[in-house]
Amino acid sequence: MNKILIIIQREFFTRVKKKTFIVLTVAVPILFAAFYAFLMWMMLSKDTETRKIAVINESSIEAPVKSTDYTKYNYIENADFETEKNNLVKNGYYAVLYVPKDIMNKKEAELFSDKQVPMDLKGFVKDQISSKIERIKRDLVLSEVGIPDLEKRLAETKTRIHLKTLKLDENSGEAKESSSEILSIIGIAGGFVIYFFILMYCTQVMRGVIEEKSNRIVEVIVSSVKPFQLMMGKIIGIALVGLVQFLIWIILILGIVFAAQLFFMPDIDVETLRQGANLGQLAVTSNVDIEQLKIVSNIAKTLDPAFLSNYLLAFIFYFIGGYLLYAALFAAIGAAVDNETETQQFMTPLAIVLVIALYMGFGVMRNPESDMAFWASIIPFTSPIVMLVRIPFGVPTIELISSMGILIGSFVGLTWLSGKIYRIGILMYGKKVTYKELWKWIRYKH
Amino acid sequence: MAFFETIDIVKNYANHKALDNVSISIPEGSIYGLLGPNGAGKTSLIRIINQITAPDSGKIIFNGRELCPQDVHNIGYLPEERGLYKKMKVGEQAVYLATLKGLSKRDAIKKLKYWFEKFDIIEWWDKKVEELSKGMAQKVQFIVTILHEPKLLIFDEPFSGFDPINANLLKQEILSLRDNGATVIFSTHNMSSVEEICTDISLINKSKKIVEGKVHEIREKYSSNTFELIYNGELAKKNDITSKFEIIRDFSENGNNIIEVKDPNNIGSNELITQVMNDSKIVSFKEIIPSMNDIFIQLVEGNIN
Repeated sequence: MNKILIIIQREFFTRVKKKTFIVLTVAVPILFAAFYAFLMWMMLSKDTETRKIAVINESSIEAPVKSTDYTKYNYIENADFETEKNNLVKNGYYAVLYVPKDIMNKKEAELFSDKQVPMDLKGFVKDQISSKIERIKRDLVLSEVGIPDLEKRLAETKTRIHLKTLKLDENSGEAKESSSEILSIIGIAGGFVIYFFILMYCTQVMRGVIEEKSNRIVEVIVSSVKPFQLMMGKIIGIALVGLVQFLIWIILILGIVFAAQLFFMPDIDVETLRQGANLGQLAVTSNVDIEQLKIVSNIAKTLDPAFLSNYLLAFIFYFIGGYLLYAALFAAIGAAVDNETETQQFMTPLAIVLVIALYMGFGVMRNPESDMAFWASIIPFTSPIVMLVRIPFGVPTIELISSMGILIGSFVGLTWLSGKIYRIGILMYGKKVTYKELWKWIRYKH
Repeated sequence: MAFFETIDIVKNYANHKALDNVSISIPEGSIYGLLGPNGAGKTSLIRIINQITAPDSGKIIFNGRELCPQDVHNIGYLPEERGLYKKMKVGEQAVYLATLKGLSKRDAIKKLKYWFEKFDIIEWWDKKVEELSKGMAQKVQFIVTILHEPKLLIFDEPFSGFDPINANLLKQEILSLRDNGATVIFSTHNMSSVEEICTDISLINKSKKIVEGKVHEIREKYSSNTFELIYNGELAKKNDITSKFEIIRDFSENGNNIIEVKDPNNIGSNELITQVMNDSKIVSFKEIIPSMNDIFIQLVEGNIN
């Protein structure tokens, strides 16, 4: 078997079999999903406590609060607030609501309970009384002015417009509806994940090299394989770990989304949503609010399968490209030092470049057409992150191809350069390495 | 004919010359000691032989032809700086290293089981390396070095880290490998082990080879015609001896007289014995041959050449 394959296998399987990998890959997304599901459930779940509330209504408003499924309001005629307050528990009431006679002017009512009244209940009572008063006052004004249909005509002045963002498709020439907000979120999320992946897996490469060097196995191995094979085997093996992790995440996310869709919107076909016709009819058949349907439909339109699969491919390309570019450098750093504490001086510049790329990504999200967006998505050190932010907004094919080409060329060149440092470094013990020293190693003949 | 040869190997690093026209010639079936003080260039030479680094100039002949990349399968190397992956299981790791040497997985497992049984470490197969003692880890490394039955074995300080019992076990294994046809290069500072098992040596000092040859020939070459004679009685004609030989030491111990003389004019030991024999009883007589240790120190310090 090819030796580089043997090395890739070892690097891959020793990492994938580790508990930390399994936990991070499978357990963490599920835990996150469960956590968010719990939060959503908490927020959406209704207050189902049954309560009886005594109402002493001294005002002229007729039935200021209406009973709901769980909360009953008993209107007590000719009752005294003080006695009712004292007999609250005895009479089996949760609270006593006192609506005073001059509430129209005083704008104050009292809700008395021996417990702390929940926020929702308080809000419900307040809104009910307010709207009752508003209606009474409004009727008064309308009758004074004496214009028929005034209320209806005023209501018609309320206008909410929906701004559709349409994008002209370069190839088909068709305008396509898409949401800028969603595109921004997708772009920056992609950029962030790339940043996180590159940093995490490149650090693993560096640690792996330091491990081999510090436990002195490296000389045994390089007597069987070329140092470059060892380096590439490690880099590729770890890249596969990253890809597997990413694919598992994608599958988990798709699974969760599919399950959520089945659970929350069982009667809705995503294709129909995407076409965006008959939303009204859908709202009737599926028993879902039309406003919510509009949001979902908008998401579905923006994230059509063709876009998503293209974006996924771009993600995988830029993950591999960016990872390879940095991994070789991190491998060279690992080879140059004796232990992890010495890595700082070489790692800091790379970490800074990555962070700058991430910040540029945020800038590009705000202005995807800027010069900075162009240059940052061409320069190989920033392009993996920045290009992913740009892609959802549309990138001319020629720019995409040149960015990819430059990235490939750069990682080939850098890998070759790093290989030279690596080759010398792994066999060099107990020497404090400087940048000057590294430059010398690069110029060595083999 | 030499089984393995380096011809005029030169290796320069940025600040110094590690090897300066080093030519060595290793006979087939020999145990060849590669000696020299720290920093002399031994490790550089060994790395070149293992094709870990390439020489700036020079040729390497292996088994009658020039050394090529595939030859890593014919060479086993136990470096001085050696280790294992701590978190990996012992057996898994040994199989990994063996497959890197070109063995198939199945062969590797079969052979490893044999050697693990032989070295009494088979119950450690599924343990992690970090649980092994240093000596056991060394055994694993030794097994991995020889597993693919290479024609050339290179051991760099093989006995460091071994207790005397295991060091002896290792020595026996090295000798039996040689008996089965392997040629062994042996780099060490331990001169007594050189005398014990090496048949040939070369000495490298300050990037240059300064001496090479059969161990017994080298010791004879550097013997300084010195004899030690122990006798009972008096020497009547001591003057006759001093006129021909140079007396280095002359003293008494445990009722015996001991005399150590040098024979600078190559008169021969028989003359000396005859002189002494006439007056007294000879207890013992021997030629003092310098130890490899002495030769090493003398050569490195430049006292002899």
